[in-house]
Amino acid sequence: MIRFENVTKKYGDTEIIKGISLEIKDSEFVVLIGPSGCGKTTCLKMINRLIEPTSGRIYINDKDISEMDVIELRRNIGYVIQQIGLFPHMTVRQNIELVPLLKKWPREKRAERVKELLDLVGMPPEKFMDRYPTELSGGQKQRIGVARALAADPDIILMDEPFSAIDPIARTQLQDELYELQQKLHKTIVFVTHDIDEALKLADRICIMKEGTVVQFDTPEAILRNPADDFVENLIGKKRIWKQPEYVTAGDIMITNPVKALPSRTLAQAVEIMSESGVDSILVVDKENRLLGIVTAEDIRSHRDKAKKLEEIYTSNVFTVKPDVSILNVLRLMSQKNIGYVPVVDENNVLKGLITRSTLVNLLGGN
Amino acid sequence: MPVAEYINFMLERMDDIIVLTGQHIQLSFIAIVVAIAIGVPLGILMTRFPSISSFILGLANAVQAIPSLAFLGFLVPIFGIGSTPSIVMVSAYALLPIVKNTYTGLTGIDKAIVEAGLGMGMTEQQLMTMVRIPMALPVIMAGVRIAVVMAVGFTTLAALIGAGGLGQLIYRGISMVNNRMIVAGAVPAMILALAIDKIFSFLEKAVTPRGIR
Repeated sequence: MIRFENVTKKYGDTEIIKGISLEIKDSEFVVLIGPSGCGKTTCLKMINRLIEPTSGRIYINDKDISEMDVIELRRNIGYVIQQIGLFPHMTVRQNIELVPLLKKWPREKRAERVKELLDLVGMPPEKFMDRYPTELSGGQKQRIGVARALAADPDIILMDEPFSAIDPIARTQLQDELYELQQKLHKTIVFVTHDIDEALKLADRICIMKEGTVVQFDTPEAILRNPADDFVENLIGKKRIWKQPEYVTAGDIMITNPVKALPSRTLAQAVEIMSESGVDSILVVDKENRLLGIVTAEDIRSHRDKAKKLEEIYTSNVFTVKPDVSILNVLRLMSQKNIGYVPVVDENNVLKGLITRSTLVNLLGGN
Repeated sequence: MPVAEYINFMLERMDDIIVLTGQHIQLSFIAIVVAIAIGVPLGILMTRFPSISSFILGLANAVQAIPSLAFLGFLVPIFGIGSTPSIVMVSAYALLPIVKNTYTGLTGIDKAIVEAGLGMGMTEQQLMTMVRIPMALPVIMAGVRIAVVMAVGFTTLAALIGAGGLGQLIYRGISMVNNRMIVAGAVPAMILALAIDKIFSFLEKAVTPRGIR
């Protein structure tokens, strides 16, 4: 467990960390994110004391790190930085076994660990062990970076924008690998990034920072559902909801002005309204906009007498949903009941909108 | 045929030339060893105490600016004549490229790499021996190479104070107004300088770790 207590950092008169308190649980994957200069990297580096706070305390497992031996502390924390952090004059093997070497592990144990780790990150040891970093691709270098951080089996791993210098395809793959690795190893990982997609993909919890303060520290789900303020909303982006269908609600995508008519309208009028709006069904509502039922073009066609009123023919047992229902549930309902439209109503049955198949198609099309 | 004359003259004096070349190598070699022994630790020290670095570099620069003849003149009353003042002078001149390159080599390493080392729990010493020095070695060697070529050149002055070396033939030639004699000293000195430059360029490559070649 890592705990920040009122941590501040000043450089001269500028306060870049303004009293941060937070707690990171064991085996938790926490992503620190925010625009450059928000203090995320500073926070990370305070955990292994590459940067010392101006005031406040940081605890690891309830021990104040400022009282620990700094060299010992760092050797027990994995550290991954951008690919450049590999030592270019050392082979893959020498890079990986560095911390075990510093910890004076015997040679055989180190050799064994190197092989184990290369296997773990999916790079055949006999092929890669004696290569130099310049002989590796960006993605391979970063895998070695991760393997190196894991070498002495630390409980905590700090990762400072590890994938930012890598091409998008390799990055996606590395993210997947890291995620899988974490499912196996259950390390406490603190990961800095400026890429919100990366954060949402990897984090158990995301710590959103701005100008040296924590704006919101919560699970990706909670952040997507309830952004703390405009800043967070902007960061996750309005488009965000389209990429995560489980967080899109009926209210987000419904047509807010569906075609509707009072029950006192005649069928002839209803036909006119429908053809004007280019739809094939009409919602019947009362004067308080409460949903009564639905009439389709098909229903009207089956009645010869166009002077009949809607109230005489509408179907009243309509499947409806509330605005906060996930669209996945809406989809399920539509396919199970084989219906083409679902009115959205509030708890008083007041009509709020309508979801049709074409709304959903547009959504999937990314509009 | 003047060229043949010059060659004949050199061949006649071959024994002399060989002995003097041997002295010349010895004098420059000792001077360079002294310069490395002082320069490299000084460069390392400067990375530890950055505040003194500009002072030391300034001092080494100033030494470089002293006219060599005058410098030698100052040294004679202190060290007498013979090889000692010559070695002291040549070392002093060779110091600058060594100190400078050691310092720039050690400090020019990518910050991210230094931070990776520290972040992984290296002590300052370990960072120096495991990362900074191996990575700076090519730059340090380049400095040594410049210093060695300089040393071979400056050592010709050693003859002025009776330390021997190829300079002896040159000065004798000047005082006797004998061009063949001057050439007999100058040509081997040039060849020596070029040969040593070649050897050190090879060494420079040899000490470059494979990963950063």
